[in-house]
Amino acid sequence: MTDVQAGSAQRPEVDVSRLVAQYGLKRAGARPNIVDYTRQLWGRRHFMGEFSRANSAVGYSRSTLGQAWQVLTPLLNATVYYLIFGVLIGTKRGVHNYIAFLVIGIFIFTFTQSSMIDGARAISSNLGLTRVLHFPRAVLPVSSTLVALRQLLISLIVLIPIVLITGERPRLSWLLLVPVIALQALFCLGIACAIARIGAKVPDTSQILPFVMRTWLYASGVFYSISAFTKHRGHLVKMLLQINPGGVYVELARNALLKSPPPLPHYEWLYAVGWALVALIGGYAFFWQAEEQYGRV
Amino acid sequence: MSEPMEHVPTVIVDNVHLTYKVAGRHARRGGPAALRRMVTREQRPGMREIKAVRGVSLVAWRGEAIGLIGPNGSGKSTLLRAIAGLMPPEQGAIYTLGQPSLLGVAAALMNDMTGDRNIVLGCLAMGMTPAEVREHYDAICEFAGIGDFIALPMNTYSSGMAARLRFAIAATKSHDVLLIDEALATGDAEFRRRSEGRIRELRAQAGTVFLVSHSLGVVRETCQRAIWLEKGIIVADGEAEAVVDAYEARHDPDALAVRLAAAKAGGKMRVVDEPSAI
Repeated sequence: MTDVQAGSAQRPEVDVSRLVAQYGLKRAGARPNIVDYTRQLWGRRHFMGEFSRANSAVGYSRSTLGQAWQVLTPLLNATVYYLIFGVLIGTKRGVHNYIAFLVIGIFIFTFTQSSMIDGARAISSNLGLTRVLHFPRAVLPVSSTLVALRQLLISLIVLIPIVLITGERPRLSWLLLVPVIALQALFCLGIACAIARIGAKVPDTSQILPFVMRTWLYASGVFYSISAFTKHRGHLVKMLLQINPGGVYVELARNALLKSPPPLPHYEWLYAVGWALVALIGGYAFFWQAEEQYGRV
Repeated sequence: MSEPMEHVPTVIVDNVHLTYKVAGRHARRGGPAALRRMVTREQRPGMREIKAVRGVSLVAWRGEAIGLIGPNGSGKSTLLRAIAGLMPPEQGAIYTLGQPSLLGVAAALMNDMTGDRNIVLGCLAMGMTPAEVREHYDAICEFAGIGDFIALPMNTYSSGMAARLRFAIAATKSHDVLLIDEALATGDAEFRRRSEGRIRELRAQAGTVFLVSHSLGVVRETCQRAIWLEKGIIVADGEAEAVVDAYEARHDPDALAVRLAAAKAGGKMRVVDEPSAI
């Protein structure tokens, strides 16, 4: 009864370290190194695509209009902000085509915003999945970012007609929107990973985040032109507002689409690339570090 | 019990202690207390530790199906979660060959989504390619046997139907180590019979299966080895028939029955500890 005896309340009567080494056993739940981890993540690419597609659909499955809300939501958002900031408060001073200016700002910033808010819930809203199936948990923030990206691309269907109606003509520079959104997507992916770890550890994140995001929204020049606003301010305020990643992608998108946008600050493209790399590498590594802890309650 | 064929260890649990930390009745909760703790980094006062598993060691070999039996709260499910890598041991270590998959009764997949979506997503999450998913899709539907419900969201399912679908998805792939936690308890007799067959197949494919069940009949029929846990400690480990007999005898109030059953079983099992002494 050799092997039967192995299981007992005492230490197994086998040489654990020899067996582990000989048959190549791994410690349960051990986190792979970041290269292997990334390889595993890449192996789940079909899952991420399908999962984000399913999640975008499920969000609207209970409403009568269904998927139409994916277009209606940004449209209504733009209308509300136009009425408040364009008509009531009148912040359009110094901006040529304010409607298009505003709508671009809202749609681009909404991508950053939903990446953060959905990222914070990426782990907690999929606990069921994490408890049954084993996969690199980064799948979840990546998928939530893909949902937000999909929403942005749908918003563009609304955006392009608005831009055309308000007097813009298609130009070659519109193509610059592609690298802008690509860089912003990398940035969003990074911050989604980072906030996903924080949200998994501190459940109150989801409560605080809407306030953080609203503050960030107001600081990102979505409703006003940063260059007009900072014309007579101190150097520090100017630099902070220009370097703010929330505003960087907004400004670049406007610059691509509008005929006479507010002047683009120097180095704006550099900031866009820099923020994308810093957020992606930092956020991804930060998420990976706590891989063993997700889904544990 | 005959020697397992190749004698390859798939799970080694080495003197493992597993502890849950929970806020006790007198724990100070609420904002100010929480903020103060964040600043001072002090442990939450009134935190109680619940020792769910206290020093368990076992080696599981390739090709074994092991039943874990014991009363509620004896640490069976906790041990499975730890083997699956979802809970770090407080003390000791767990080593596994390949990635164990845990199939539990509380685990829902994606409740808002339809059954067929869940099949596709579940398979992709396990690392299958889209082509493999297409290949297995019909077999999974058929195995789950929930008919037209496959097109409805999972939150419309009865607990039995959900369990069937989850089991069907997880059982598609041959896992190195499959951990089943009461997953079959809610299924009906016919599904239970089929899933028992599937467990035997998985075992034959050289995996190792751990099965937690309160249904001693299922353990007898599907497992050749059983481990009896009580209050986080292994009481007995050995041939399923013998251990289950002893367990049944114990839960007759007569504690002597343990020793009687052990005697009857001859050399097939060993009483490690008297339950009354724990």
